[in-house]
Amino acid sequence: MKNTNSLKKYLSLYGIYIAFAVLIIVMAILSPVFLKPTNLLNILRQTSINGIIAIGMTLVILTGGIDLSVGSILALSAVIATSFAHPGEHNIIVPLAAGLFVGLACGFVNGIIIAWNKIAPFIVTLAMMTIARGLALVYTNGRPVIDLSDTYNKIGSSYVIGVPFPVVIFILIILIGLFILKFTKFGRHIYATGGNEMAAKISGVNTKGVIIWVYSIAGLLSGLAGIVLSARVMSASPATGQGYELDAIAAVVIGGTKLTGGVGSIAGTIIGALIIGVMNNGLDLLNISSYWQLFAKGVIILLAVILDKKK
Amino acid sequence: MDGISKAFPGVNALKNVNLEVGYGEIVALMGENGAGKSTLMKILTGIHQPDKGKIVYRGNEIQLNNPKAAISEGIVMIHQELSPIPEMTIAENILIGREPVYKFMNVVNSRKLRETAKELLSLMDLNLDPDTKMKELSISEMQMVEIVKALSYDARLIIMDEPTSAISNKEVDKLFEVIFKLKQKNISIIYISHKIEEIYKITDSITILRDGEYIDSCATKTLKYDDLITKMVGRELKDIFPKENIGLQKTLLEINHFNKAGEFSDINFSLRKGEILGVSGLMGAGRTELAEAIFGLTPPDSGTLILEGKEIKISNPKSAINHGIGLIPEDRKLKGLVLNRTVMENISLVYLDHFCTFFGVLKLKNEKRESKRQIQDLRIKAHSINQEVENLSGGNQQKVVLSKWLIGNARILIFDEPTRGIDINAKAEIYKIMTNFIKQGKAIIMISSELPELIGMCDRILVLHKGKISGELSRKEFNQEKILKAAMGEVETNDHLS
Repeated sequence: MKNTNSLKKYLSLYGIYIAFAVLIIVMAILSPVFLKPTNLLNILRQTSINGIIAIGMTLVILTGGIDLSVGSILALSAVIATSFAHPGEHNIIVPLAAGLFVGLACGFVNGIIIAWNKIAPFIVTLAMMTIARGLALVYTNGRPVIDLSDTYNKIGSSYVIGVPFPVVIFILIILIGLFILKFTKFGRHIYATGGNEMAAKISGVNTKGVIIWVYSIAGLLSGLAGIVLSARVMSASPATGQGYELDAIAAVVIGGTKLTGGVGSIAGTIIGALIIGVMNNGLDLLNISSYWQLFAKGVIILLAVILDKKK
Repeated sequence: MDGISKAFPGVNALKNVNLEVGYGEIVALMGENGAGKSTLMKILTGIHQPDKGKIVYRGNEIQLNNPKAAISEGIVMIHQELSPIPEMTIAENILIGREPVYKFMNVVNSRKLRETAKELLSLMDLNLDPDTKMKELSISEMQMVEIVKALSYDARLIIMDEPTSAISNKEVDKLFEVIFKLKQKNISIIYISHKIEEIYKITDSITILRDGEYIDSCATKTLKYDDLITKMVGRELKDIFPKENIGLQKTLLEINHFNKAGEFSDINFSLRKGEILGVSGLMGAGRTELAEAIFGLTPPDSGTLILEGKEIKISNPKSAINHGIGLIPEDRKLKGLVLNRTVMENISLVYLDHFCTFFGVLKLKNEKRESKRQIQDLRIKAHSINQEVENLSGGNQQKVVLSKWLIGNARILIFDEPTRGIDINAKAEIYKIMTNFIKQGKAIIMISSELPELIGMCDRILVLHKGKISGELSRKEFNQEKILKAAMGEVETNDHLS
């Protein structure tokens, strides 16, 4: 009795890691290319965009919120950043600062409205999703921004000791995220606000401030992801990033973070993002249609949530 | 019910409990919070199943595997917190799920619905229009509707849980009339209440539980008040309340002309170092609202707050905390704890700055050490500091809430219903913690609905009625009746009322 209990607990705690390991083993058996370093790095690079966004999403969901606007903010940041990145025009700092600022500002607006008006985050960020997309289209007149400087493009294509630069950024963001949640007052306040906003407030936590901060961070990271993505594809389309919010939410949920807030971790989210990445890559290698990838992603989300319920 | 036992993970909720109810008999089920009354009733209404023991009902042993089975046997419970559907009419609420329908397409026959409801209401001589929406009724009227609903299920045994906790004296009389009518119809009643006068007024016999164990059953007439208390509590009153006379020192806090529209008006009082000031009153008298106003959660519309001779402004909880004022809220699950986080994270939440560097980086070692110390000092029963608080018992959860404030430099603690829903031993421990706290020259405001604890622990009691102070009693004058009268708003001349 006791043994099955602890086994169950073990499974529910580490189930996601076990699932990830199984996925890797299966892929390695099915495809000889899968475990090759170039392919593994490729997976990491493909995961890094969603991963960066998903870390911001983790903070938002930990407070019990949701952010549907990350994909659109990514697009708006990308087109604005790249518009300052034509060869020979500005210092590289300008497009970077512009892209990050736009992301931060959109997130800040989300946060302010959610915290002060107590409107459901779903609605506020749904509106922001349309607003940011609209602005991106207006700003570019619907056309992609092309002809970017080499320096800018290098953000997406260069390597640091053999690791693609986007992956380096992703790892950096992971470390910062882990540090914030595990070792700072702000991290504790995020968990407390999401776990019980009233109790947090009575304990002197500035819950409104926490909410404004997490949406700002989510916006900022979307802006960062927009820069990385546009540098990698060497252009920015106002239509880019559609559906990215769902991939990010999927990574967070697969990683065991509860949508009700207060419970979850960055580590889980990274595994969640990697599971999605490995699966997409694996199905590509096996020559399975991308339509099936959508189907498989949905099934995994359902399985993850059902597993989580059993805790 | 015979020899009922029930264990939950970690606790033995019931051990060999017996309860006997005759036809048309009104039985009081008495016991402290946590004595097992609600568990026993959950078994009787089919929500839980007993591990051992049997239920014999109208001569036959029965199995109640789910709530529906209990209802179909005619066993119905009327809960303390009623849960009507406010936008629906009385008739719709009474017959919910069993609406009379036309044969065609299952469309509700609203004429028949109304007539059936009317018949049922008249059965109890209730003068209510079945078309009235539930939200327009008073709490006591809703109760009546609930009783009628119970009758409509052909109830033979009705369980009433604290039916008078939220209604006025007049409404109580009306309720008792209805209860006697039920008795005449040979319907049996299990009556749960903390109000001992009521028990003596209407019940035929009393069954007492304590800590999940069956203590005794006697005819109401033969059981003396003091014996009843001793049987319920298991020890003499003076052992529970460690009131020490520590002598009051100078004034710590003054509240002047506190007003908040719709909640309370013109509240004035002072609090001295070493004092426990009790605040009594009925539900909705404005006690919790006053506490939350002082604490800055919902600041008052007007009024001044003077702390050690200096007027201060408290506009949010953070500023209250900075001034050394803490709040132990009424509902620890809703307002006191982050349930899905660990004991340590909850303990350190208020004074997290103490465990942080200037840049907000946590000093985890200090935090762990302090949390462990609190667990030892307050004897919090937890596997480790990393256990989630939702898995602790009510008493231990409450101690975690307390320790949140004790690790810092709070000077004034406002306790709102400090011992609600926790067992007698944890209660005694919490009273001891309170005593230790005021011994350090600090002070406590204690809001409570339990008169014994107010009388046992306070130096002075303020009574609120409809948002105003309707009485103030010093320790010498403490007396249940006086407090109740003031709480009901029946003001008598009182020298201390200035």
